[in-house]
Amino acid sequence: MNTNHLDSVVLTLVTLAPLAGGLLLVLLPRRDRDIRIFSLVISLLTFILSLHLPVYFHRSLPGFQYEVDKQWISSPNIHYHMGIDGISLWLLLLTTFLTPLCVLISWKSVHERVKEFFIILLILETALIGVFTSLDLFLFYFFWEATLIPMALLIGMFGHERKVYAAVKFFLYTMIASVFMLAAILWLYAQTGTFDFVIIRDQIAHRAIPHLPAAAQWLFLGFFLAFAVKVPLFPFHTWLPDAHVEAPTAGSVLLAGVLLKMGTYGMLRFNLGLFPEQARHNAPWIITLALIGIIYGALVAMVQPNMKKLIAYSSVSHLGFVVLGIFSFTQAGLNGAVFVMLAHGVATGDLFMLAGVVHERRHTYEISEFGGLASVAPVYAASFLFIVLASMGLPLLNGFIGEFLVLSGAFQARALYGILAATGVIWSAAYLLWMYQRVFFGKVTHPVNTSMRDLIGFEKAAIWPCAVAALVMGVAPILWLGAIDPAVQSALAPLDQLASKVVGQ
Amino acid sequence: MTATLAAAVSQAIPSGTEYIRALPELVLAAFGVTIMLLDPVLDEETSQKTLGLIAFVGALAALASTWYMAEFPGLAFSNMVRVDGFSIFFHVLVIAIAAVIILTSYEYMTVQKIRAGEYYGLILFGVVGMGLMTSAVELVLIFIALEISSISSYILAGFRPQDASSTESSLKYFLLGSFATAFFLYGVALIFGATGSTNIDIISGVLQTGPVEVLVYVAVALMFVGLGFKVAAAPFHIWTPDVYEGAPAPIVGFMSTAPKAAAFAVLLRIVFAINAPGRFWLVWVSAALSMTLGNVGALVQSNVKRLLAYSSIAHAGYLLVAFGMLTPQDSVTGISAAMFYTAAYAAMNVGAFAVVSHFANAGERYVTLEDYEGLGRTSPLLAATLTIFLLSLIGIPITGGFFAKFYVFSTALKANLIWLPLIGVVNSAIGAYYYLRMVVMMYMREPRKEVPVTRIPAALGIALAISVIATIYLGILPNRVLRYTLDSAQALIQHPGHAQPDTQSLRKPDTF
Repeated sequence: MNTNHLDSVVLTLVTLAPLAGGLLLVLLPRRDRDIRIFSLVISLLTFILSLHLPVYFHRSLPGFQYEVDKQWISSPNIHYHMGIDGISLWLLLLTTFLTPLCVLISWKSVHERVKEFFIILLILETALIGVFTSLDLFLFYFFWEATLIPMALLIGMFGHERKVYAAVKFFLYTMIASVFMLAAILWLYAQTGTFDFVIIRDQIAHRAIPHLPAAAQWLFLGFFLAFAVKVPLFPFHTWLPDAHVEAPTAGSVLLAGVLLKMGTYGMLRFNLGLFPEQARHNAPWIITLALIGIIYGALVAMVQPNMKKLIAYSSVSHLGFVVLGIFSFTQAGLNGAVFVMLAHGVATGDLFMLAGVVHERRHTYEISEFGGLASVAPVYAASFLFIVLASMGLPLLNGFIGEFLVLSGAFQARALYGILAATGVIWSAAYLLWMYQRVFFGKVTHPVNTSMRDLIGFEKAAIWPCAVAALVMGVAPILWLGAIDPAVQSALAPLDQLASKVVGQ
Repeated sequence: MTATLAAAVSQAIPSGTEYIRALPELVLAAFGVTIMLLDPVLDEETSQKTLGLIAFVGALAALASTWYMAEFPGLAFSNMVRVDGFSIFFHVLVIAIAAVIILTSYEYMTVQKIRAGEYYGLILFGVVGMGLMTSAVELVLIFIALEISSISSYILAGFRPQDASSTESSLKYFLLGSFATAFFLYGVALIFGATGSTNIDIISGVLQTGPVEVLVYVAVALMFVGLGFKVAAAPFHIWTPDVYEGAPAPIVGFMSTAPKAAAFAVLLRIVFAINAPGRFWLVWVSAALSMTLGNVGALVQSNVKRLLAYSSIAHAGYLLVAFGMLTPQDSVTGISAAMFYTAAYAAMNVGAFAVVSHFANAGERYVTLEDYEGLGRTSPLLAATLTIFLLSLIGIPITGGFFAKFYVFSTALKANLIWLPLIGVVNSAIGAYYYLRMVVMMYMREPRKEVPVTRIPAALGIALAISVIATIYLGILPNRVLRYTLDSAQALIQHPGHAQPDTQSLRKPDTF
């Protein structure tokens, strides 16, 4: 096929393919096996199609690529404007990579309302991809809100005991916060007459919007609040443990792997991209919250009796690193932040799958229910160890690269930030290894566990690709960073100008 | 003398084109009368189906004649009726709502064992009034049309004679409704006193040239009260929950959309075509109150019909936000936003009530939120359909409700209104809670054994399909409808005042 032709439509195809699959699924009869196979095929096809993006991506160019810009609605002036840079490219790929694995891990664990489950999963994938590809603020908000319902339904329909509470809490928290982003978007439209991200960014940079100076701080906060709840940053994190504990495995994987990244991606793209001045002004308290998140998340994770809650709090801690990296405004920090997003997506996504495996067998996540599993299920134990090591940042695995870069960025910004954040690395080793020790080492404490089955084929197929990805990312991070760096540099450009202006004065 | 008399007579007799400009109303009235005549001669068993079918055909014929009427824009009947893009839009909307409601009623009437031919007749007569409301440019004719539409709704609200609450609903609606129309009439009288005319075009001309008297402010306020009641805007909303709870479910779907759309059309004409002075704070306060009271009230409801009643108050509030525009430029987008919102609201609300009326079963037994528990399992298709409507009511993307809300708020912000849209977005976040509660009931609870699952009959299926398609169409491809509303809004603003009406036979105010 002519690649030039494909270039212009490939983003649209990747975005809409899962949705089309989901709609076709509606028509399929309720034969569970067929539905599973069909969903796997669709999500794999989407993944293969999305591989086109990094292969033909021009790594040295900083701007948006594979752009499509068509008028969608003439008044109000809304465009179907999509495009990706080195940052959104990898987040998109993370989404398409994790979804087939979600299908596989749900193969045996979802027996009821199978059709609904996979329809929702595929619709969710489209919404997630859309968030990362939209360059029109309306379109962005459109997809942003569209992720809410499928996720809430996944938690509420297929979750565990307190699923309804968790689903409603998740929905209300994120919905109420994003309303403020909507208000900010509408204000920008009222002043500029466009929703186009690139045009608005340029207008702000050239100070072409009359009332902006008075409103900029509020707009910044409007966007920031929506993203901070999604990340979740420290005081807004209370929905996350509930959502994770109650969600089905696939829901947790996408929630931790991709949904949280929507928040940090939004901060990077919009808070930093549109309001560099305000970002600088607000950085101190945001970094403070991020540091609190890193340490608090880790400490709370340490004392969790529930495996999934522990992983959920570890996410709060890891995402704190991302926010720290973004608001350090250093090249290393930003590169690291993007890399931690990807690494966390792969590693924590996989941890949730592994936790799902024991839940599948024992219907509990309590750490005290297990012990000595290493002798019963050696393959499972080995896989688990590998991912634990990746998650805590062992060199040669993916967690290390990102954390190292973020820390070096934080030290450049201010030594104290770096010192405090570095303790987070120690904490994460502590809580992860302690959990591992309690679950896998020693004697089998509960007799029911002696007959526990090791990993089966579907589970291996879901869990091992993540492990491979973790290794490759750790050994050859340049494959990713090569595309990330130019995008990060162009994101930093306005900030550097700002800094030099301040120095010049 | 005789010559002038003859000329006057010949001018008074409407020409053929003028009849075309009221063709949908004539067609509907003819079908309504046919139904009333046939009702006594048909035997009880078959009459329901036959009459329903006739009514549906009547609605389709009216749609076709609206299409035909669109070819003949202009004034008719001594400048009392104007056919323009604006009135065509609302004609299509109101008639389409009636058609879907008739399809919904088809099953409902059989299940409820209500045998009455006048039911369908009254729907058609109501639509005659509503159609006339949207095309009339003469306040007296607007009043008459308002009465035609109201009286048929009063009767329809009482169509569940076995149930006392239905009678209560009808009586309450009638008493408060007559009170409200009196306010409107009083406003009309005052504005006649102030400007010497009841013709919207002349009034707007007088108001633009001369100084504005205090009387005009009072008149605008009184007319707003009357219409505010019809659209269930706070603080004139108290009747809504009781009336909606008692009335037959399909009729609630009808009442909450079609007469509301027509009343909003009248309000748009009065506010924007007359460029009514002093309306800003009226609209502002009413919008803010409606959004807040509607949403807060809905939070504690356990009856689905009451819940949707409060939700309809809240939506009237969102819609009123679009009325806060003052400059001509903003007014155009404001009108267009309001028109779009009525259409989107109609699509989702009619659909929601179609589900409610199917699910209510004989005697409307199952209308509490708890009855919907587990509907996602027992009847996945019905649950999915209702979910789409509820998501649209919340304002979640890909639905018309989302885009309508987005458009109204962005229009208001563009007109430098800050607080009203802010109150609006906060309110829509609150509103999400109670709509979501229904989704939770349907999907995240175990089904109740005693609630029977009945098959969806073909007529209802078509009604639901139309509503779903309209809801999604307005959410994904709103461009065509938007452009149409913008064009007709432009015409509405430019018509009166700026250019005098196009016939010389217009009677000058001093001849009265």
